[in-house]
Amino acid sequence: MNPTLAEFQRLFVQALQDDGGAAADPAWARQGGFAVYRNTGRLACRDALCANYPVVARLVGADWFNAAAEHYLRDHPPADSRLLLYGERFPDFLEPLARAHDLPYLVEVARLDRAWTEAHAAADASPWQADQLAALPPEALPALVLRPHPAARWHWSAQVPAYTLWSRHRADDEPNWDDLIWQGEGALLTRAWGVVRWEPLSRAGCAFLQACADGLPLPRALQTLDALGTQVDRGALLGRLLQQGAFQPPSDERTPA
Amino acid sequence: MSTPLCAGLGLKPEHFDQALACRLPGLWFEIHPENYLVDGGPRLAWLEAIRSEHPLSVHSVSLSLAGIEPPDQARLARLAAFVRRFQPALVSEHLAWSSWRGQYLPDLLPFPRTHEALGVVAANIDRLQNALGRVVAIENPAHYLDLPGHDWPEPEFLAELVRRTGCRLLLDLNNVRVSAHNLGTTPADYLRDFPLHAVVELHLAGYSADPRLGDALWIDSHDAPVCEDLWALLAGLLARTGPLPTLIERDGHLPDFAELRLEAEHARRLLTVRAGSAALVDA
Repeated sequence: MNPTLAEFQRLFVQALQDDGGAAADPAWARQGGFAVYRNTGRLACRDALCANYPVVARLVGADWFNAAAEHYLRDHPPADSRLLLYGERFPDFLEPLARAHDLPYLVEVARLDRAWTEAHAAADASPWQADQLAALPPEALPALVLRPHPAARWHWSAQVPAYTLWSRHRADDEPNWDDLIWQGEGALLTRAWGVVRWEPLSRAGCAFLQACADGLPLPRALQTLDALGTQVDRGALLGRLLQQGAFQPPSDERTPA
Repeated sequence: MSTPLCAGLGLKPEHFDQALACRLPGLWFEIHPENYLVDGGPRLAWLEAIRSEHPLSVHSVSLSLAGIEPPDQARLARLAAFVRRFQPALVSEHLAWSSWRGQYLPDLLPFPRTHEALGVVAANIDRLQNALGRVVAIENPAHYLDLPGHDWPEPEFLAELVRRTGCRLLLDLNNVRVSAHNLGTTPADYLRDFPLHAVVELHLAGYSADPRLGDALWIDSHDAPVCEDLWALLAGLLARTGPLPTLIERDGHLPDFAELRLEAEHARRLLTVRAGSAALVDA
């Protein structure tokens, strides 16, 4: 009597995950060709994770990365067939591994790899420009909520120079580890015009973008910078973010479709 | 059937500029939608540019038509929007499964072709065709296992799917050859009863011997040029069918675009020779 399709697929997945040798495997799982199925899916996931975390992979080398990827795949197999987005939880997953191996920068660099993927695949929008802000009547400013561009990603790494490490590797340029200044760094990734670009961003810049993303009106978003305890040239910061295409038009300015 | 599609190539990001500029008559490009189903950005802009110059074929690998769970509605809706946007000449998917309990298994997995499975696949093809509002082509997969429990030989199973759903077929000649080798049959056996009237696209590719088992197991690896015996298989098939859109698949050991173009030109010569003789027969 043939198993049902559901039962066959349950046995098949079980045999895929047994990694061979389980006595309960059906006879077909012991054919030489079964290894093709055992390998193909696993390698596709591993290769996708490696492609999506290129700087992490370069920093730790193939053996370390592949071992971590195998664990990740077991704990977090993909649900989405768009493998270019696979690995959303990989940075968090790396935390205990990075601690155990004394790689304090690894998680932060992984967050920047992820930020690149998200910026690359995010929705298109025209960037909101400084002259458009300047054209608003002054009475509109107190209630104005700036909306980060769909492709804008920012990350403040409090302890380690993650941006320098990441951007140098992205440029195929191995940084001189002895010259690294071990202090916090922020990053801004944007894709307002064509491809993803990145620049360093201050802690204030990261905090301001986050306040905007949280829906705070412009004056209150700027007020959050008071808590940072450093002097911030707010006009210069805002001008630079606008220039980098970090914002999309405010929601009441959206052109009707 | 009159078609503007002649020889096609898999679209590779590495070859974007040459693909865009290539002017081989009848050339078209095939893509996996999984690589393009994003909200925006350079991938879609790039594909728009290619689409403005060449016909596209959307070749899905992940809808799990032989899966017991119906394709996810959100995934179908995303694919439908993508197909509306890019208006591909062809849309296809495999006779395989690749999802299980919400987990994506990035492979084309086999199953016993039972009467039950036939109903499952037919229902999923219906769902897909309804979501897209158009007919899709179903591809014969490569086989690496000799599974017990088939009620249907594959050609008859595919023919029955065509009858029940109105779908068309994508005949992958490399899969025919690899599967025949691995299962101890011959391509001629397989093709004898294949429902050729429903075929709307052909695939050609290179294969490799399994690194562990050698020639005992061939792998549909897409990492080598199409070899002589497959060209012969194509010529023999075209003599029966007349010209069909024919894709050269190449994923691994990617050569220069010029080399792939030569393979496309070779396919085109076979297709146009056959077109000429078919026209003579018609006259």
